[in-house]
Amino acid sequence: MSKPTDLVQGTLDLLILKILALEPLHGWAIGQRLKQVSGDTLQVSDGSLYPALHKLEQEGWIKAEWKPSENNRRAKFYTLTRPGRKELEREAANWNRLSTAISLVVQLKET
Amino acid sequence: MRLEHWFYTVPLRLRSLFWRAQVEAELDEELRYHLERQIEVNIAAGMSAEEARYAALRAMHGLDQRKEECRDMRRLNFVDNLWRDSRYAIRQLGKNPGFACTAIFVLTLGTSAAIVILGFADAALLKPLPYRDQSRLVAVFESSPRNARSIVSYLDFTDWKNLNNVFSSIDAFALNGGFTLMTSTGAESVPGTRVSAGFFHTLGVTPLLGRDFKPDEDSPGATRTIIISYAAWQRRFSAREDALGQTVTLNGTPSTIIGVLPPDFHFAPFGGAEFWTTLRSTDPCEKQRGCHNLMTIGRLKDEVSIQNAAADMQLIAQQLSKDYPDSNRDFGAATLVPLRDVIVGDVRPVLLILLSGAGLLLLIAYVNVTTLLLLRSDKRGREIAVRGAVGASTARLFQQFAIEGLVLAAVGGLFGLVFAEWGMRFLARLIPGDKLASMPYFRDLGLNIFTIGFSCFISVLGGLLFAIIPIARTSLSQIRTGLKEGSRGNAGITWRRLGSKLVVLEVAVAIVLMVGAGLLGKSLYQLLHVDTGFRTDHLALLSLTWPPASYGKDQQKIVLEREVMSRISSLPGVESVAVSLTSPVGPAWGSSNLHVVGQPIQGEHNEVLHRQVSSAYFTTLQAQLLSGRYFADNEDASKPLVAIVNRTLAKKYFSGADAIGKQIYYDWQPQLPIQIVGVVDDLKEGPLEGEALPVLYVPFEQKPVAGFAVLVRTSQAEALLLPNMISTIHAIDPLISISNSQTMTERINQSPSAYLHRSAAWVVGAFAAAAFLLSIVGLYGVVAYSTSQRTQEIGVRMALGAQRRNVYQLILSEAGRLTAMGVVLGLGCSLAAARLLRTMLFGVSTWDAPTLLAVPVVLVISALLASCIPARRAGSVNPVEALRSE
Repeated sequence: MSKPTDLVQGTLDLLILKILALEPLHGWAIGQRLKQVSGDTLQVSDGSLYPALHKLEQEGWIKAEWKPSENNRRAKFYTLTRPGRKELEREAANWNRLSTAISLVVQLKET
Repeated sequence: MRLEHWFYTVPLRLRSLFWRAQVEAELDEELRYHLERQIEVNIAAGMSAEEARYAALRAMHGLDQRKEECRDMRRLNFVDNLWRDSRYAIRQLGKNPGFACTAIFVLTLGTSAAIVILGFADAALLKPLPYRDQSRLVAVFESSPRNARSIVSYLDFTDWKNLNNVFSSIDAFALNGGFTLMTSTGAESVPGTRVSAGFFHTLGVTPLLGRDFKPDEDSPGATRTIIISYAAWQRRFSAREDALGQTVTLNGTPSTIIGVLPPDFHFAPFGGAEFWTTLRSTDPCEKQRGCHNLMTIGRLKDEVSIQNAAADMQLIAQQLSKDYPDSNRDFGAATLVPLRDVIVGDVRPVLLILLSGAGLLLLIAYVNVTTLLLLRSDKRGREIAVRGAVGASTARLFQQFAIEGLVLAAVGGLFGLVFAEWGMRFLARLIPGDKLASMPYFRDLGLNIFTIGFSCFISVLGGLLFAIIPIARTSLSQIRTGLKEGSRGNAGITWRRLGSKLVVLEVAVAIVLMVGAGLLGKSLYQLLHVDTGFRTDHLALLSLTWPPASYGKDQQKIVLEREVMSRISSLPGVESVAVSLTSPVGPAWGSSNLHVVGQPIQGEHNEVLHRQVSSAYFTTLQAQLLSGRYFADNEDASKPLVAIVNRTLAKKYFSGADAIGKQIYYDWQPQLPIQIVGVVDDLKEGPLEGEALPVLYVPFEQKPVAGFAVLVRTSQAEALLLPNMISTIHAIDPLISISNSQTMTERINQSPSAYLHRSAAWVVGAFAAAAFLLSIVGLYGVVAYSTSQRTQEIGVRMALGAQRRNVYQLILSEAGRLTAMGVVLGLGCSLAAARLLRTMLFGVSTWDAPTLLAVPVVLVISALLASCIPARRAGSVNPVEALRSE
């Protein structure tokens, strides 16, 4: 299975959940939004996006429904579920803890 | 939280399992949408259409791989694995047909036996009776110190009806049923009885056609009306609606049919009843408060408990015993019993015993299959190790075991259901018609939601058992050791310990069932060979009755009696002929009250059976005269009244003193004192299994009765005489109806208690045989397996000089130890189980030494014989080869 090697493992889930917390989006738009908000820092290949979305859907964190998209074609829109919102809080808290710890380590002064 | 989670996930799992094509199509569409958007963006950035398309696909890093990854995401679910594991389990079973067939056969045997018996128990004990709100129905009995459940006299019943405050209605039916119906072909005895007018209303039964009895239709002056059963309507009136209003002649009285009962109606005390008419207190018995011939059924008022009702009835009974001391002095109490208990009666203990037997058989079947599975999982050690090594998690392995167990149990359960359905029909067909009539709740046996539910329940339970035991055995350490080539590890030892414990259990259960079957079989033998007090072979019997109008006068009855006796005694092979009120060995009916002349009357109820017999009665039966004389041929009403009493009566009422010459009277007729002229040894006038009852014999010609039994002693085969007897009697008068034509041997074999004992003995015997076989096979399996595990050890021993004899000893001592443990455990449990059997035992104690001795001997010998096969195999081991295989 190809992994988003350029992302810390597991953070793609967090990013997707966070993006969907703002508004329901379909897969392509999620990819665009990721590129948009992170500049080009976070390279998420289109290929790894869909397995991640399907995994989150099977976990029950997000749900899908088919709706007409902005160009009036049928697209699969993903929405955050209530359990998904709780998961997002947990993941975000984890991330904050981890990143704080890592920055503390990185900022250690060499003597 | 968890629940909300499932709210989203469960529909998805179901969707990907059952609507796979749709899910696939959606995946395609989703990815196509993405590609199209990307192509649009690429074209807008200046690429050619083809370039744009390739670039979009490249960005996906392989479309098909991504699709597969998406599918992997949905496959990570339990249900899908379940499906794959089930298919794998079925394939595994198919690969090993010997194991699969044995296991499924054993499970089918155990499950179907349990379900069949449960079906019977459900029909008798659980299924509602076909009456409205049947839990409110109770049977009410008069109670004396000697008999808590005495039937009721008509006058007491009417007083109960008027005085009680606890029943919304109370009704009665006569216990001496049966009518003579005039048909186009002559008189016919038909089953039926007389009931009080509200009887069906109290039961809550509405006729299918026509109407119920009106409240005053049981008064003596009312026109005679009858309600017929559905079966009678079908058979005698071809289910024609115009049967209503037709007049039939019942017991010589024209009666109008006013109703037909619904098809599902049954009433066990008169299971086969075709005709129901009203009481009208026509029986002379119903004019006397001391003459008991009715059973009463009451419907409790709402909010009245059975205890409250019993208390109220108690007060009424006490009042009646004060008001009518002559007849009711002893009946100062009443007993209330739920109607179902009366209807199911004797069948309940038998069913409970059979249910326990079936439960034990089920247990042994499951234990047996568990043993087989253990044996197999041992052989599969390598497979498990490999699967574990390549990454199957322990949970994953457990799941697969659980599924294999469940598949096995499910197949066994399914086959069990099929065979149970068949078995129930088969067993129900084995019940003879007259027995089925007294147990009408067994008429429509078959699988129902309850039995099917039970079968599912035990299958799931069994499946879990089959899963847990191999799992418990497959420790993680074994996954490691199993990989080593040729490793014996400690698997053999673990297995031997667990497997042998299970075999001990099997042997113990088999012992319990075999002891139970032995005790029941011996009871049956004792019952059939109970001392009746007379010679039971070469004795032919029949009963006859006639329309009351035909032989109304005593003299007519006597003429008929003499004519019947003289014509039958001239038949070839007949040695002697006698008549009696009813044949010996049967229900204890025909009782009355006895008083000794000169003793003060204090209203006590001295119940004795009375039998009006011809002079040859005792010589025909070959009874034993203790003192005095038999009746003479010419002792009729012109001679002094005489009586013969049996040993029990003499002992009870004359306390051992010589009864000869004493004067008594019965039926409250002090004006007719009777002199006792003889004492005979007890004859079984009542039921086969009952205690000896006091019996009073009087000459038929001094006290003729309306209907009698004819008893014939013959030198030929008695069954062949019966048709001749019937035609001879019909030659005298075609209107005489004949019933109960049978030989005495048949009468004894078919008596209700013999029937119940025989059914119980056969079914438990079959269970015991199955359990015996299973336990021996189980023992063989364990010993054979442990022997095969010890081949190398045996090789070493023989190389070091052990003789073949020592090897035999080694194997047989293991088998012997297991059997001995099972026997000890089993005998301990049998003693407890036999106490539960107590109510069904007759003439056998629960500590029956021969049974308790014979069963273990049979089992130990069979077990040792079975172990000889692996012992011989072990003894013929070639030490060189055994060592080389190390």
